[in-house]
Amino acid sequence: MQQPNKLEPFFENINFERDDNTMVINFGPQHPSAHGQLRLILELDGEQVVKAHPDIGYLHRGIEKMAENMIYNEFLPTTDRLDYIASTSNNYAFALAVERLLGIEEKVPRRAKVIRTMLLEVNRIISHLFFLATHALDVGAMSVFLYAFREREYGMDLMEDYCGARLTHSAVRIGGVPLDLPKGWIDNLLAWCDKVEKEVEITYEALLNENRIWRMRLEDVGIISAEDALNWGCTGPMIRGSGIKYDIRKEEPYELYDELDFDIPVSDRCDSYGRYRIYMEEIKQSIRILRQLVPMYKQTEPQLMAHAPQYISAPKEEIMTQNYSLMQHFVLVTQGMRPPKGEVYVPTESPKGELGFYIKSEGEPYAYRLKCRAPSFFHTGVLQKMLVGTYIADVVTIIGSTNIVFGEVDR
Amino acid sequence: MRKYTPKDNVQKKSYYTDRFWVAPRIPREAVEEGTHFAKVVAKMGEFVKEAYVERGQLVIHIDAKENFNAIKRLKEECGYAQCSEQSAVDYLAQDGEFELFYQFLNLNEAKRVRIVCRIKENESIESIEPLFKSANFAEREIYDMFGIKINNHSYMKRILMPDDWEGYPLRKTYPLQGDEFAQWYEVDKIFGKEYREVIGPENRDPARIDRYDTKRFSRVGYEVPFGADISEGETPTPIEYSETLLVDYNKDAGKQLNERK
Repeated sequence: MQQPNKLEPFFENINFERDDNTMVINFGPQHPSAHGQLRLILELDGEQVVKAHPDIGYLHRGIEKMAENMIYNEFLPTTDRLDYIASTSNNYAFALAVERLLGIEEKVPRRAKVIRTMLLEVNRIISHLFFLATHALDVGAMSVFLYAFREREYGMDLMEDYCGARLTHSAVRIGGVPLDLPKGWIDNLLAWCDKVEKEVEITYEALLNENRIWRMRLEDVGIISAEDALNWGCTGPMIRGSGIKYDIRKEEPYELYDELDFDIPVSDRCDSYGRYRIYMEEIKQSIRILRQLVPMYKQTEPQLMAHAPQYISAPKEEIMTQNYSLMQHFVLVTQGMRPPKGEVYVPTESPKGELGFYIKSEGEPYAYRLKCRAPSFFHTGVLQKMLVGTYIADVVTIIGSTNIVFGEVDR
Repeated sequence: MRKYTPKDNVQKKSYYTDRFWVAPRIPREAVEEGTHFAKVVAKMGEFVKEAYVERGQLVIHIDAKENFNAIKRLKEECGYAQCSEQSAVDYLAQDGEFELFYQFLNLNEAKRVRIVCRIKENESIESIEPLFKSANFAEREIYDMFGIKINNHSYMKRILMPDDWEGYPLRKTYPLQGDEFAQWYEVDKIFGKEYREVIGPENRDPARIDRYDTKRFSRVGYEVPFGADISEGETPTPIEYSETLLVDYNKDAGKQLNERK
């Protein structure tokens, strides 16, 4: 056995040297297609992967610990840092969990609901475009990366117009949304929808769907059967790519999804190509949802935050004019809201899969325990299953097709 | 006298709580007859210690020793095919126990069930990895964060923290800023423990601000040349406003500071 020290670090390939059979290699954490901070320890027999062992934790910031030391409103911007590609979906998942804990889900005004649903779908498109861009780049299609990032950039401009931030949005509040849509935003949104829809059709799908190299790299690569996908905790496009039609937006509707008309794309290919097609189809469905939301927005009243004075501050005008509102606002800011004792687990369909927040409250302004169920965490775990038996050249494709984001894996 | 802080829970506390404040509890509804949840409770039979519906999800309390068999029955007979999440809650300060929860999903009925059990601090629990592979990562995280040992897990090892880490970060006794081991981890590992004194706490902490360091920090209102020695004190920079070409006819009405606040 070797004795590693500071000058001679551990040499992983000792196994290979000794037995002349399998080779252990390190993939990452600095590999450009490791999507951030994934370190994969791969055991190779020739070019075939015998064993894959994902080593995570390089981006661990203790977000769950921070949640126990912050009041609920204080923690909301921290959730931006989970899935930083689509932060609003994290903000929303957390806000919804707290609202259900407080029991004020029904009190959220309709305009806030419309805006939230719009933001969620815009974020879904942004995230799916990011997936397409990086996945294509990993596989080797550089131009798709540039085209997809162009449209994603316009989407982030929309988010910037709404909340001022491009990546860390914090665009949702517990009990509603902070702002109404700015002037002209709806028109920009519709123009962007048209643009993305056109681009998906004439650029991305035209470039990739029947592209020989793309199909050879993706078809029958990264196969995961429906049974395994369920067993390993896969959700979202991963499970729909394996032929299970389960979308939380449809099955356990939240927000306005029960009023909207949209389809859930499913593929029974179980491979990376099927998942890629699902992502493309979901972009189109999100555009469909956004177009339905625009007339809904116009029919709503201007109220943006729920009226629940025990938990949520009054609107600014009331705070500035009414003494009691100011007092309550002061208490809510300095001490924080005190939810009832109890526990909730609230799942939402984030672009990556099931993003759930488990909150255990002991009636204090600080959550007693907050667990963030991140889809990417389990999608990293399933790499142990998916990578075995594949070739080293496909490893990058498979990691790309799971669409993992390390902000949420390591939390 | 130093303010008393309880050692068994060093997490942040509310600075003020009304003496008469009694936190309400989310209503725990009884399981209604004829619903899907009633069938689940009936099938779970002898495992159920307590069952109620909380915010639309069934919660079943079971005995921790029975967890594998109970979850097996839930999976095989009640159709709960996915284990979405499992983790623990630290109740060591109150009861000397951990509360473990497993969150399950039935895809056909779109229903969710939470199985809850409690173990003492030094007890271990049976792994559910043979039933749900998602437990592979989730149980490693429980071990990593709480130090709960899981029996018969295929690869019981820390997952997020380094292998040689001391302490369990999500326990209530673990401070938010990290304990002494955490604060010196990099120094100890790269240079050795003896270098703690050489490096010193001021260089260990990347967020530390040195008031007298004029090379890396600027002081608004007290600007000095790069690298100047200010240990003797520094003079405030006079306030200057840029002169524009526009003629200001009403100079006295302008709001300009004469001295810094």
